Amino acid sequence: MSDRYQQLVNTPIGKIVSKQIGLPAPVKLERYERGQPVIDGPVLFGSAPGGRLAGAIAQVLSGIDAEVHTALEDEARTAAADAGLDAQVFNAETATEDQRFKALVFDASGIADSTQLSAAYAFFHPTIRRVKTSGRVIVLGTPPDDANTPRQATAQRALEGFVRSIGKEVRKGATAQLIYVGQKAEDQIESTLRFYLSPKSAYVSGQVVQIAAGDQAADGIDWEHPQAGRFALVTGASRGIGRAIAQVLARDGAHVIGLDVPALQRELEETIGELGGSTLVLDITDDDAPQRIADHVLTNHGGVDVVVHNAGVTRDKTLGRMSDEQWDMVLGINLTAQERINEELLARQALNENGRIVCVSSMSGIAGNAGQTNYAASKAGVIGMVHAMAPEVASKRATINAVAPGFIETQMTAAMPIATREAGRRMNSLAQGGLPVDVAETIAWYANPASGGLNGTVVRVCGQSLVGA
Amino acid sequence: MNANVRRAAVLGGIRIPFARQNGPYARASNQDMMTATLEALISKFELANEALGEVAAGGVLKHSRDFNLTRECVLGTRLDPHTPAYDIQQACGTGLEATILVASKIALGQVDSAVAGGFDTTSDAPIAVNEDLRQVLLELNRSKSNAARLKALTKLRPQQIVPQIPRNAEPRTGLSMGEHAAIMAKEWGVTREEQDELTVASHRNLAAAYDTGFLDDLVTPFLGLERDQNLRPDTSVEKLAKLKPVFGGEEGTMTAGNSTPLSDGASAVLLASEDWAAEHNLPVQAYIVDAQTAAVDHVHAREGLLMAPTYAVPKLLGRNNLSLQDFDFYEIHEAFAAQVLCTFKAWEDPVYCKEKLGLDAPLGSVDRDKLNTHGGSLAAGHPFGATGGRIVAGLAKMLAEKGSGSRGLISICAAGGLGVTAIMEAA
Repeated sequence: MSDRYQQLVNTPIGKIVSKQIGLPAPVKLERYERGQPVIDGPVLFGSAPGGRLAGAIAQVLSGIDAEVHTALEDEARTAAADAGLDAQVFNAETATEDQRFKALVFDASGIADSTQLSAAYAFFHPTIRRVKTSGRVIVLGTPPDDANTPRQATAQRALEGFVRSIGKEVRKGATAQLIYVGQKAEDQIESTLRFYLSPKSAYVSGQVVQIAAGDQAADGIDWEHPQAGRFALVTGASRGIGRAIAQVLARDGAHVIGLDVPALQRELEETIGELGGSTLVLDITDDDAPQRIADHVLTNHGGVDVVVHNAGVTRDKTLGRMSDEQWDMVLGINLTAQERINEELLARQALNENGRIVCVSSMSGIAGNAGQTNYAASKAGVIGMVHAMAPEVASKRATINAVAPGFIETQMTAAMPIATREAGRRMNSLAQGGLPVDVAETIAWYANPASGGLNGTVVRVCGQSLVGA
Repeated sequence: MNANVRRAAVLGGIRIPFARQNGPYARASNQDMMTATLEALISKFELANEALGEVAAGGVLKHSRDFNLTRECVLGTRLDPHTPAYDIQQACGTGLEATILVASKIALGQVDSAVAGGFDTTSDAPIAVNEDLRQVLLELNRSKSNAARLKALTKLRPQQIVPQIPRNAEPRTGLSMGEHAAIMAKEWGVTREEQDELTVASHRNLAAAYDTGFLDDLVTPFLGLERDQNLRPDTSVEKLAKLKPVFGGEEGTMTAGNSTPLSDGASAVLLASEDWAAEHNLPVQAYIVDAQTAAVDHVHAREGLLMAPTYAVPKLLGRNNLSLQDFDFYEIHEAFAAQVLCTFKAWEDPVYCKEKLGLDAPLGSVDRDKLNTHGGSLAAGHPFGATGGRIVAGLAKMLAEKGSGSRGLISICAAGGLGVTAIMEAA
């Protein structure tokens, strides 16, 4: 699983050689460790005139004790003052070169037509080269669908191209994100802003996510243990990404119910035992699996708060050579089982209020992949399912979302031919593969009780892969 | 104690032109300059043989022998020798603090008339002997026998000949005033252009004040100098842009142009009760309405050294139910253009006003057309103790010309993280 190329180019000689001949230079991404601050370094915060998010952003920055800098502009300074932020002053014209930022956060919601996009240029042009290693660029806007005029919708949509391009320009492990905040959803941004600012989002870049108004307020949440007192079911929990998901949710305070097939029972018990969780051993494609799962969570825990559909398989063959068993198995495990389990849990009221269903899709589901008609169909179906079920799940005061991992360093990818593996690793803005924990952290963000504003959305954990972008 | 508080009236003031260090006043002492200034005031208001309530004055750079300098000056003038006097010292706030002191005594009925003054020379500066040498000489002085004296003398070393020259540095940070101002300029993102523009306005306004005759009865020639030596009527942003930074390193924005030069000079202001003024047929130009000093913690909290006026002014405004915009004139001492700009930015900033000043809303902006309308320290120069008197006398005349109901704000920053501010109103 080790990335020898990355290790090599980060040696003193490797750095010189890779720079001379223009090879990609992936840095070791900063990743979250328990007890760390949300962001370790100064945050520059700015706002286009007339924005509506500055206050909410300042509140979050105040809540995480960030060292905030702003220009001497009314919007940002007033928001900072109201949030009790003792923000320092930044003037690009006079700031010395060594003034760098761990994050640039820009409220673009005030941009009402294409001419006003220059506000985004004005903020980022003198600052983008001041972003530190593993830095963060975050733009917040208004969803084009929520815009008041076609011109506003146009300008807000333009931000996508802007932010995705920044993602490809920033180096050294920095990422760029666009958050569309719906009308009246200003109070729902905290979990997302915290996630994107923190090293938890190490391998997420170039993403556009939409936050809608929600009534699932999370006042008084313990951000170190957001899952405290909650029960989280994780399928395929014994190893790989599923294991990482179980670990992260347990770290966040959840009681994890690890589920896996009988063949992996021993590994499952070992993994989940370390986390103080419980296990459920069954094959999710069995006819009675949905019923047994619902019985289990209702009987033992009175319901479930988080369901992570992680279990999945690949059976790659080009379509003409693919057997019907290969087709049925992949679709059955990766998609149909998720549908059946969701339906059963919802029908029996087994998903608690403020519940979270998080499904694992895949980049292949978005882009398609030769030899993976079955797998890509199942993963694209997951995205369709998330989208289609969102209204019904919302009516239960819960959410359903999906993560779509790109190249994640697992036993599966370690077994790939070297050329395929190297291409997968490098063909993204961060020039390296992700780790299982990157997927797990993203799932934990969706699973957070404060993430009620996110529903029916998909976020890729792919380092902004060139594929399917 | 007198329970009736009276209004303290400013009748007018005068000063000698300010000279640059080692210029025309190179050989003039503080006493020479202050005495000449008091004499000019005596002539202007016909005070010869008058016994005033008191004269309070001071300077920053003084010789140890000048422990009673103001009294010595009074004795050297045509004032009645029965006029008491004392020296005060509050760094660059000295002149304004002297005014506040005597105004308070007048208000309380302790005196009926008084002169507030200030002086400073950076040319005729005190030079102290080397600290090592001083210790040897003191030991020598303490010795009672020849043997002991000889023993003390053996401690003399050649390097002890190097004297101690006063430095323009903060004792607790070791940084010069300019370096402190450069830190503030960086914190507030003050640009070179802003500073140079403010500097040009200062020179233009002072030049106009001379050309229109406004300063005719406010400045009296001294040692051949008729106008402030530092004044450059034809300076421009383009010319100033050529100067190299002197504070804040190579990337600094502060130059010899947008910082005040070391200067020599003196000033004096006559204050009195309304009754005393009427008895002497002297018209009242303005009143000292209120005053406020403040200090910042530039040592531990690392606040901007020259930001204390930002604290003082809101207290003054609150006590007098005024907003920052309720003034016809703003006399902000231009220690450095950056200091004035940092002060304005701070008052406009919601964060600073809330976090540091504890205000619900920012104080807002100052109309630049009302700022230092007859020139400021950048153009006139800044003999530390003399600046307060220059400003009080100038503002009193501006208010008198503007007429009843007009109002002015004075703000002076000072070493040690101090700030002295006052409100004046036309008579």
